[in-house]
Amino acid sequence: MKEPVLLEVRNLKVYFRNDEGLELRAVDGVSFTVPPGKTVALVGESGCGKSVTALAILRLVEANGRIAGGEVLFEGKNLLALSEREMQRVRGKEIAIIFQEPSAALNPVYTVGEQIVEAILLHQSVSREKARALAEEMLHLVGIPEPRKRLNEYPHELSGGMKQRAMIAMALSCRPKLLIADEPTTSLDVTIQAQILELLRELQRQIGMAILLITHDLGIVADMADEVVVMYAGKVVERGTKYDIFKRCRHPYTLGLLRSVPRLDVDENALASIPGFVPDPLHFPEGCRFRGRCFLEDETCATEPPEVALGDGHVVYCHHAALSEVCHGER
Amino acid sequence: MGNGEVLLRVENLKKYFPLRAGVFKKVVGWIRAVDGVSFEVFSGETLGIVGESGCGKSTLGMTILRLLEPTEGRIFFAGQDITRLPPAKLRPIRKDMQMIFQDPFSSLNPRMTIQAILEEGLRVHRVVPRDAMQKEVEMLLERVGLSRDYVRRFPHEFSGGQRQRISIARAIALRPRLVIADEALSSLDVSVRAQVLNLLQELKREYSLTYLFISHDLAVVRQISHRILVMYLGKVVELAPKEAFFARPLHPYSVALISAVPIPDPGVRKVRIILSGDVPSPLHPPSGCRFHTRCPRAQEICAMTEPPLLEVEPGHFVACHFPGSLTLEGTSG
Repeated sequence: MKEPVLLEVRNLKVYFRNDEGLELRAVDGVSFTVPPGKTVALVGESGCGKSVTALAILRLVEANGRIAGGEVLFEGKNLLALSEREMQRVRGKEIAIIFQEPSAALNPVYTVGEQIVEAILLHQSVSREKARALAEEMLHLVGIPEPRKRLNEYPHELSGGMKQRAMIAMALSCRPKLLIADEPTTSLDVTIQAQILELLRELQRQIGMAILLITHDLGIVADMADEVVVMYAGKVVERGTKYDIFKRCRHPYTLGLLRSVPRLDVDENALASIPGFVPDPLHFPEGCRFRGRCFLEDETCATEPPEVALGDGHVVYCHHAALSEVCHGER
Repeated sequence: MGNGEVLLRVENLKKYFPLRAGVFKKVVGWIRAVDGVSFEVFSGETLGIVGESGCGKSTLGMTILRLLEPTEGRIFFAGQDITRLPPAKLRPIRKDMQMIFQDPFSSLNPRMTIQAILEEGLRVHRVVPRDAMQKEVEMLLERVGLSRDYVRRFPHEFSGGQRQRISIARAIALRPRLVIADEALSSLDVSVRAQVLNLLQELKREYSLTYLFISHDLAVVRQISHRILVMYLGKVVELAPKEAFFARPLHPYSVALISAVPIPDPGVRKVRIILSGDVPSPLHPPSGCRFHTRCPRAQEICAMTEPPLLEVEPGHFVACHFPGSLTLEGTSG
């Protein structure tokens, strides 16, 4: 059975150079797919390369970085091979992105309306009046009260939650097939977060777009995702359906991560935690990058871990994938 | 758990910030960050204070430590009224009350070595004799899980989790009785957050500490607290033992807050109560019950009369005209 694929990231590598000229392998051979209309979550802790991966899909890597290899296939065509002109037609039209900090993504000197209209005019051949009507419709769609009035307001006049809604309105104004949402609710309060997540779910139903959700919050993953890609230190360590990851994960890091999250519905005397800390990209260990923190580690881990397919798209990169099965059990 | 002795008592505490505008910086209004808060903290317990941004929880913590001067109300620490104590008399009490901040990047002086950072308080308060200082600093570092070889290093050489451990070492160095932790784990990654949370629990037992644990993260608060206090727009809306609070929260805001936290388990299905609108500004808080503009159970009276904080079950306080009317099952009670 072959699933339809909207986006396929194949062996993507993004390297940066720091001030001393040393190379940081921030994203180092990442592969995953996003089916149309589904939500795929890219999870991991800070520095794991999840945001860099998201930006690289749109070829928005910062000047001190470069895409060092791999392919990004969107509906079969390799975005990395497109000219900058062709790429501009993809950004915003086919693939849109929203960020953690809406105040950083909205231009403070233009009204919300002007910014959405600009996005619409860039990609659709409609009149300015029609674009304005579309913008108003989008603001209404994302649940902003009094959309006509809001069009004439500046970003600073909106609350954090409203700004995030405005950014979503702008991102979706051209009905993209894929929305990349990079920590879309991290800066928001939990009751506002609930509103935004519900909005994304609702809009996905209406517009039918796929979502690539970048987050560190496993609660949001369980809530939103169909499929999950777990990243650690620039590599994918495990991917599978939401149930594969939460109920039968096989990578020791995934397991450690799940066990170290305090849960609102369970009392625990002491949380399990992963020893040590996330390595910085200059000092990623050779072989398996989880070395030094793993309870299954032995000398074989000094070599690159193999890709172990467990069926139905559940894949783990670990020398001890067979062993880790026994580590599960009720928390 | 608490032994029944009250370590900290806060009575009708208020902290208003002036809002100034114009050329002459005339006061045009007051931001009522903390607006009449009363509660007690028992010796040996952990009281978790939760609420969303702008609810006044951080201001409350700073005001209790007198890092901000209270506008009104009284603060008692170990039976002594410290509300208007002059700085010289406050200093010995400060030793007993320490704070851990959210951002370990800005709360450690980048020009000081770890040795100097940890020594500073010990010296000011003359906790250990000069010749025992070195040993004490090394002991503290090891106690928070860092190598004693780190004493000569500077803060920038450490990761966020390690810096937070240093902040914790500094806080416990003076053997305080009360530690106020303000979003102390919020900047840490998941795997490291669990380590530091466990460390805080161990230290509490070892040093018989009392914690005031301020956080927006209900799941973390649940792990560490004995009792939970919920704030909304400068007011206490609910205060209850942890078990009662999570089993049967009585204030509609508490219910919405709990239901909004996503559970990291796709097998768990729960009713989602989604509040409409944003938190109103503390500059112009709504009339009556401050939550009435967003409350799914609000009636006419809620906009008119402010509900008092009442004890509806032993130890369970709630400020609501219709406590228990919204439940986690979403039905009306």
